[in-house]
Parts: sequence; C-alpha cells; structure tokens
Amino acid sequence: MQAQRTILNLLAAAVLGLFLWWAEGHLDGYKIQILNLIAVNIILALSLNLIYGFTGMFSLGHAGFMAIGAYVCSVLILDPAQKEMLFILEPAYTWVQQAQAPFFVAVMAGGLAAAFFGVLVGAPLLRLGDDYLGMATLGFAEIVRVLAINLPRVTNGALGFKGIPGHANLWWNYAWCVFTLFFVVRLVASNSGNVFKAIRDDESAAKAMGIDVFRHKLLSFSLGAFFAGVGGALLGSLVATIDPKMFNFVLTFNVLMIVVTGGLGSITGSVVAGVVITILLEWLRVVENPLFIGDWELPGIPGMRMVVFSLALICIILFRREGFMGKREFNWGWLLRSLGNKAGRHGS
Amino acid sequence: MEAEAILTTRNLTMRFGGLTAVSAFNAAIPRGSIVGLIGPNGAGKTTCFNMITGFYQPSEGQVHFKGRDITGTPPHKVCHSGIARTFQNIRLFGNGTVLENVMVGCHVRQATGWWQAVLGLPSSRKEARALMEKSRELLAVVDLGDLADEKAGALPYGAQRRLEIARALATEPAFLLLDEPAAGMNPNETQELMGFVRDIRRRFDLTILLIEHDMKVVMGICEHIWVLDYGVTIAEGCPEAIRANPKVIEAYLGEEAVGHA
Ligand SMILES: Nc1ncnc2c1ncn2[C@@H]1O[C@H](COP(=O)(O)OP(=O)(O)O)[C@@H](O)[C@H]1O
Ligand SMILES: [Mg+2]
Repeated sequence: MQAQRTILNLLAAAVLGLFLWWAEGHLDGYKIQILNLIAVNIILALSLNLIYGFTGMFSLGHAGFMAIGAYVCSVLILDPAQKEMLFILEPAYTWVQQAQAPFFVAVMAGGLAAAFFGVLVGAPLLRLGDDYLGMATLGFAEIVRVLAINLPRVTNGALGFKGIPGHANLWWNYAWCVFTLFFVVRLVASNSGNVFKAIRDDESAAKAMGIDVFRHKLLSFSLGAFFAGVGGALLGSLVATIDPKMFNFVLTFNVLMIVVTGGLGSITGSVVAGVVITILLEWLRVVENPLFIGDWELPGIPGMRMVVFSLALICIILFRREGFMGKREFNWGWLLRSLGNKAGRHGS
Repeated sequence: MEAEAILTTRNLTMRFGGLTAVSAFNAAIPRGSIVGLIGPNGAGKTTCFNMITGFYQPSEGQVHFKGRDITGTPPHKVCHSGIARTFQNIRLFGNGTVLENVMVGCHVRQATGWWQAVLGLPSSRKEARALMEKSRELLAVVDLGDLADEKAGALPYGAQRRLEIARALATEPAFLLLDEPAAGMNPNETQELMGFVRDIRRRFDLTILLIEHDMKVVMGICEHIWVLDYGVTIAEGCPEAIRANPKVIEAYLGEEAVGHA
C-alpha cells in the first residue's frame, strides 16, 4: 500500500507537470497568471491552516510574514543597477545595494527571514490567551507595514519596488507549492501533527500528557511563517511590484477566507478552496466594472468583490462552520474504492 | 507504612483569594500501593491533584516525587518525570481518533522529532510504527481495540473514561492519578473498574492515587485513604478505620442532608 501510494503520488506529480507544460504553450498570459496565483494561494492557505486549522492559533499576521518574505527576496533578486535607479527617496544601504542571490536562495531567505520573525514575535505573543493572539498578530502585521514605509534605505519606503524580475514562473511556483504540500502532509501525518491537533483540541490535557505546549505552538507558528514568507516572496516576483500598501489586512483576509472555506484542519480543503477561490476572485472582478443592462448602466463599485466574498464567508460561517471539507482529507484508497465501485456497477 | 514512599506532600496548601481550598495536606504514598483521596464536593481533592501535577502553584508546601522536589514544576515536565493523570470532567482530544489520542500520550517518550518525520528518515518511520503498535496494545488493555479509528469525542461515556486512562498509561508513568474514574458509572461498571485498576497496577508496576467522591467505592480497592473536608485533612488511615471514624461520617452525613434539601 505504501509503495502503491508513492507511485500514485508520483503519477499525480507527472500529470501536474504535463498540465503545466501544456498550459505554458497553450494558455494566454492572463490565464497563466491565474494558475500562478493559485499555486501561491495554496502555499499561503496551507501555511495558515497549519497555524490556525491544525494548531488552533488564531493568527492574523500573515500579511506581515508575506511582506518580509517579499522584501527579502526582492532585494536579493533585483539587480544592483536596478536598485540604484529604484531607491530615489534615499540611497540604499550598501549591503542592500549589493545583496544578490539566485532565485531559489532568495525565496528560501525570504521564508527563513519570515520564520525568524515568527519566532521573535511568537515567543512573547504565544503565551497570550487565544483571544488576544488575533489582535496581537494583526498589530504585528501593521508594524511590518509601518517599518516598510519608514525604512526607506532598505525598502524604498512608500514607493516600494518596481520591476522585480519575474523568475516566479509556473515551474517555480508549482515546485514550491508541491514542496509545501508534501511538507505539511508529512508533518500533519506524523505524531507531531497529532500533538498540534491535541493542543488545538485541549491545551490542558496536552500539558498533562507531557507536551511542551509553548514549544510546539512556536514550532507550528514559525513553520507557518516560513511558508507565508515563501508565498510572499513568490508573489513579489509574480506581480513585479511591491509596496507597503499591498500588504494590508485584505491580503490576510483572502488567505483566511480560503482556509475557512476549505475547512480548518483539512489540507485537501485548502488546496481545493485555493483553486476555486482564486478563480472566483478573478472572475468577480466583473462586478467592479460598469455593468450594462440594456441602456442602463450600473456603475462599477471598487471593492465590491470583497463585499461579495465577505458575505460568502459569513454565510459559510453561519451555515457550514466546518467548511467545504470539514476535517476530512482526500486519500488514494478512498478514490480507488469509489472508482472500483463505479467500475463494478458498470460491469454488472 | 513500611514501603518506601514514591510521592510525599508536605504542608501542601492552596489559597484562592480568601478561600483556602486545601490546607496543609500531608501524605506519603508507598510505592506500588493504591490509595484514595475522598471527601464531599468542593473539599479540595481536585485542587490537590492540580498541585501535584503542576497545574497549580501551591501557596505553601512541597511535593516530592522519587526523592526530588517537583513543587512548581510545569505540568509537561511533571508528566515527563513519571506522573500521569486523568481529569474529573473527561478531557480527550475530541477531534482526533481513539488511536491518535493514545499516540499523543506516547509523544513524551518519543526520541525522533518533526523534521525526521518530514524527511521520512528510517529511524523516524521505525519509531512511528513502534508507537502505533504500543498504542494499539494499550487500547487492547482498556478494551477499545476495535474502536481505534473512531473519533474520540463520539465514544460513549464509559469508553471515554477508559481511553483517558489508556492515554495516561501511554506516557509510561510510575504514578497515576485518577480523578473520579467511577463518576457517572453504574454499580456494575464501577465493580469492573475496580478490578481494572488493580489489574493495571500489577501490569504496569504503578502506584495509584484515586479521587472518589463516593466513599463506598474506594473502600474496596484502597489500602490507605485520606479524607478532606473544606480543605482540611480530617482523617487518614486504612479503610476500616475510615469507615468507623465519626468525623468522616459527620462530613458525609452533612453532605447527604444538603444533597436532599
Ligand atoms: N482555579 C480556582 N480558582 C478559584 N477557586 C477554585 C479554583 N479551583 C478550585 N477552587 C475552589 O476550591 C475548592 C475546592 O475545589 P475542588 O478541589 O475542585 O474540590 P473537589 O475536587 O474536592 O470537589 C472549591 O471551593 C472550588 O470552588
Ligand atoms: Mg473534583
């Protein structure tokens, strides 16, 4: 069964590879951009699900970690000549000016920097009760934004970066996405995953079972921060432009929406909702454009799609608390069995 | 008591504001014994457990375990040192399966960590298999072998109590505290439980301290009993002595009268 699963996983990866190869040749830039966003959003959703869905820590700091990942990565992949042109408010520090790294290393550095800040803010904040963690992490994300504005020699202040090299193509994004998926699946399936879920379900009981609750919360939080940083790094390269405004609460909210819709504590849910909601978010841009009904023009309202999505989120929370998947997961055995049943019925 | 004491408490006292929930609790619990802590509702029994297991920092006094002072040690370290407990109001990991609950108990003795698991190292896989096997064995001991993959929160009440004990045993304790294990059970189940407690003591080489609200239940299995009333130890001794003690009878009669009012 173990070997069989490995083969099926490899097959699935091969199918994904073929699809990407096909997409690269046949889809237009806009569709490819959506595919890229799907990969990034899945990474972000998985990282928040690890923190919130599996370990029960209601964190609203994702945009902060993403910003750290995006800035670190961008500084490393921007050309020194480019940086010289970019920093018009104040010249960059020499180490910022000269920092250079290949894309993979830059993304990794973005993730590690975010994880480092995860430990730094997690150490004091995770001792707070759950009611305060949301507030405090929201504050953290806001501080990151304010710092980004006020450290012009590192971040170019409110102007941010433009023309970030677009290394984050389909292949890089999906490689990171698959790696994140692999990592989180392995982690959650391990006994450490059981421990995270135990902390989520009953912290006191977990302590009585000999679990160092604080240490495990910090672990989950900083691993989540790492992947949020990776997602931010990829996003920066993908959209080519970053500035402090981009990393506001809406960014965190989008990720939260994917996680809650998919199901807190369901990896499958995060993946499926990552695909569906990314597409819907793009598709819903329609409601922000003027709409013509006959001769009558309905003016487009900026931010309308967020209203639509917020309403949808409220409905999910009201009517389907556990999200699309609940805590259930996809597995090959289940798929094969249901296919087998169908085949059996057709045969008879 | 002749046998060497595995756990001793000295003047263990817990005050909540003006209320003294436990005052100067002194006990020396011999290794390998089954002993009881009884008393009416609100007498301070659970508070004693919470002080011993590190959930409460005692206002005064000390706890010594295997000759070491463990007063004020955080709960997870207390567990690591070999003390496991159950809760009066069952506290399972409700969303996890029965097996996962026991696996979490095994974690404190686990050598390989999260990154070995992510990398899929052979040492980690081997240990995961061993833990799984150990957990299944423990489930068999508490008669839950067939329910390993059920959701823990969906089990019937009695099964949840047994799962909590299995989970505690998974931490490989030398000393086990059971907080009202017979609560909510019918006389038949209670009888069975008493046999079961004796059985696990022998099998896992345990010392067991159990709280029972119901005095009659403990009389059957405890070798030594402490009686608390309003936080004060009003009596201690063998079951026969406790049964005949007028102070104990009075404390319980008082409660009955309140209970029927
Ligand atoms: N955390 C706490 N804060 C304040 N009072 C408490 C706390 N825990 C227990 N008490 C009080 O201490 C007394 C003893 O409680 P407890 O130990 O639970 O009794 P028992 O387990 O014997 O029924 C009760 O009056 C209870 O209200
Ligand atoms: Mg109690």
